[in-house]
Amino acid sequence: MRVIVPLQAVVQGRGGLVLGSLIPCALFYFFQLYIRRDRPSSSASNLPDLAAMPRSLSRGLLSPRGASGPARLSSRGASVARDDDNPDYVGLKRCAEDPYHHSSNPHGLMQLGLAENWLSLDMIRDWLVSNVKEPLLLDEEGELSIHGLATYQPYDGLMDLKMAVAEFMGQVMQGSVSFHPSQIVLTAGATPAVETLSFCLADPGNAFLVPSPYYPGWDRDIKWRTGIELITVPCRSTDNFSISIAALELAYNQAKKRGVKVCAVLVSNPSNPVGNLIDRETLYDLLDFVMEKNIHLISDEVFAGSTYGNDRFVSVAEVLDSENFDRRRVHIIYGLSKDLCVPGFRVGVIYSYNENVLAAASKLARFSSISTPTQCLLISILSNTKFITEYLKVNKERLRDMHALFVDGLKQLGIKCARSGGGFYCWADMSKFIQSYNEKGELKLWDKLLNEAKINMTPGSSCHCIEPGWFRCCFTTLTKQDIPIVMERIHRITESN
Amino acid sequence: MAKKGVPLSEMATADTHGEDSPYFAGWKAYDEDPYDAASNPSGVIQMGLAENQVSFDLLEDYLEQHPQEFGWGCGISSFRENALFQDYHGLQTFRRAVALFMEQIRGGRTQFDPEHIVLTAGATAANELLSFILADPGDGLLIPTPYYPGFDRDLRWRTGVNIIPVHCNSSNGFQITLRALEDACTGAESMKVRVKGFLLTNPSNPLGVAITRPILEEILDFVSQKDIHLISDEIYSGSVFSSDEFVSMAEIVEARGHEERERVHIVYSLSKDLGLPGYRVGTIYSYNDQVVTTARRMSSFTLVSSQTQKMLASMLSDKEFTKNYLRTNRERLKKRYEFVVERLSNAGIRCLRGNAGLFCWMNLGELLEEPTVEGELSLWNLILHEAKLNISPGSSCHCLEAGWFRVCFANMSQQTLEVALRRMKDFTEKMKEG
Repeated sequence: MRVIVPLQAVVQGRGGLVLGSLIPCALFYFFQLYIRRDRPSSSASNLPDLAAMPRSLSRGLLSPRGASGPARLSSRGASVARDDDNPDYVGLKRCAEDPYHHSSNPHGLMQLGLAENWLSLDMIRDWLVSNVKEPLLLDEEGELSIHGLATYQPYDGLMDLKMAVAEFMGQVMQGSVSFHPSQIVLTAGATPAVETLSFCLADPGNAFLVPSPYYPGWDRDIKWRTGIELITVPCRSTDNFSISIAALELAYNQAKKRGVKVCAVLVSNPSNPVGNLIDRETLYDLLDFVMEKNIHLISDEVFAGSTYGNDRFVSVAEVLDSENFDRRRVHIIYGLSKDLCVPGFRVGVIYSYNENVLAAASKLARFSSISTPTQCLLISILSNTKFITEYLKVNKERLRDMHALFVDGLKQLGIKCARSGGGFYCWADMSKFIQSYNEKGELKLWDKLLNEAKINMTPGSSCHCIEPGWFRCCFTTLTKQDIPIVMERIHRITESN
Repeated sequence: MAKKGVPLSEMATADTHGEDSPYFAGWKAYDEDPYDAASNPSGVIQMGLAENQVSFDLLEDYLEQHPQEFGWGCGISSFRENALFQDYHGLQTFRRAVALFMEQIRGGRTQFDPEHIVLTAGATAANELLSFILADPGDGLLIPTPYYPGFDRDLRWRTGVNIIPVHCNSSNGFQITLRALEDACTGAESMKVRVKGFLLTNPSNPLGVAITRPILEEILDFVSQKDIHLISDEIYSGSVFSSDEFVSMAEIVEARGHEERERVHIVYSLSKDLGLPGYRVGTIYSYNDQVVTTARRMSSFTLVSSQTQKMLASMLSDKEFTKNYLRTNRERLKKRYEFVVERLSNAGIRCLRGNAGLFCWMNLGELLEEPTVEGELSLWNLILHEAKLNISPGSSCHCLEAGWFRVCFANMSQQTLEVALRRMKDFTEKMKEG
């Protein structure tokens, strides 16, 4: 029964969100490929900044006259409308067309490129069945009333949900820090949360420093409509892809030389794609760095509740609590899509210590508000702290088990993974199986994996990884039975290489 | 002395959010002192919010008869699918339901293909998305005045796009004329602003009037000739008092054999006709494949909750229910409108003859001390603080003639409405005496 669900979901073309994130990302990737033909160096991208191109040039390159007629799109619109044959899009499309099913399609494609956690939805479902019998429409007098659900509500979320989310975040961080509802702006997913925050912190042409490898979706979420540049600051496998302040410093200075104003450092913790946790010391260093440069720090902590390693997760909020840093420059992105497994419900959080940012973001939230009935449903679920505590605990156990099995399986194939402590991915080093130690070689391997082994993994180049051969594999949509099948398929490719 | 803060963007610190205007100040006054028949009978009555509460009972009845759609009764095995579903295409069943509903509103005179429906979290987001997609920063969108004050923010704020007003006046009932269109274009040219589209609200907010067929034809000819886009915001299409008085741009497009359809995009939402603004369900219906594809991708920033989509899919596909709902809703709105106009007339106040929407466009020109924006705002202030009524001044809607006000009547009970109208009468009598 369980495996039928992914079949249906994939057939529905569920890869939409990721398609939408990877196409613009891949567009940039392709510019890289064709213009520079090698991996971008840490001296940041010399990529053409689409948003800042002079009008005549942008019209020529990006706004071709459609065959259908003259109603042209803007340069922003046209740059997205073009279809591309980039690796990630191809992978997702193929998976949607030919999805694996253990009995009806055992030779289908296995999807390891989508970050969803299917391991613990049953617990939420079970809770709902036992607890939510009425349609949540009863008002104070127990009368059926659509009033509270249907009418206009604050665009940045119901206060009750903000309170419930603040409480949830506290539980996720295991009580090490408490969050205040007044510092929360709710949005329809972490995707608009990060974009909205970006609009508040930087102007078109400004830049964020982003340690890489990083989440491919940011190329769309942050760059697309805001015109902000993302400057890649590569991390290395030699220190397990940890953030290096020296590298940040270098990137900052190089940007300055180019006349580009850096407005923030953006990190994910636990990291997507690597899965490592930022240690306390590095958090201090990051805070010192942004203080010194008078810029912001954005910490994307969407996987904070999905940890499985031995190290305890430390939120930047915890460090702020204990030290005398200027909090107004710190902002946290959170959401319920990963830790609560409900990406369809669209709940994202901007948590900021800066009242001006909160004021602006709450106004901008009008473009991405959460549906009220969904908010009410989530208030119900989140308010049951006993259930949530149990849920978080069991979810972590399941993540740990699955992670261990997956890593072990890869190890047997001679594939090492980066040390990780959270998230839905293994960051696997397949470099010894690529024929030429560069992007081209990596993509060749990716292609083989996809078309011969029928496994979709995310190639490191999509994540702007500076070292070829790393692949991101999501293990949270698999069952234990699937793992040997995955390993056997990978083995087919690795043994022939 | 507070130390200089960490810099923020222009967008965060500028006031292009437009929320300092009277339109929003009135809401604040209401928030601080809201009317309640029992506990605060002298509070401010909110007549500045276009919300439809007249037909909630129909929705509640539906819910009572179909509780499983709004809870998880039948959805258990599908809970997982639903909770995971974040595909920006949107649930197919829901898109089909929305297409069907839109067809029903238009009396089956048009056809909508669910594959051309893009879902957004509200029409606010739909309009902003189209602004991003059809125009570049610095470009212009033509909009007939008076228009919905929210456009100043929704279409311009993050997009950097300009609004070029197409001025209409009372001499012809504020109808859009070719002359006004040409003048606006000339004005844009002289400011070196490239016009990229025309945004029409049909039925009009704040006028409360369905645009006539000849004018719609003229507008489509105009945009074709200028080679620009046409956005038809039809969020009040189900709130036309008499269903055969509404002509959708879709009908015009279909009648022309779909020529020029690549430039036409329709915005719809469930916030007004169905009275569900809290659900955040909006849609862009575009005949242009490129726009559909781009809008879909961009809708990642503004997806509709999968739970909401599922919840509403059955309801909107229930033809019996929607037929009855639309008919009843129209009747009630019509009744309300006529009641309001009659009472205002008794108080010596004229309204524009309207046939749609959740509001009426009333003229208080006679009560102005001076026929200027200042005069109008001064009157508005008086009405807010003495009559304790929040109505929307025409100047917020960029109306060039002073003295017009938008009065919403569908967001309150009949009793409250009567109180409001009595206050209005008392106020005007006092003004005329004074």
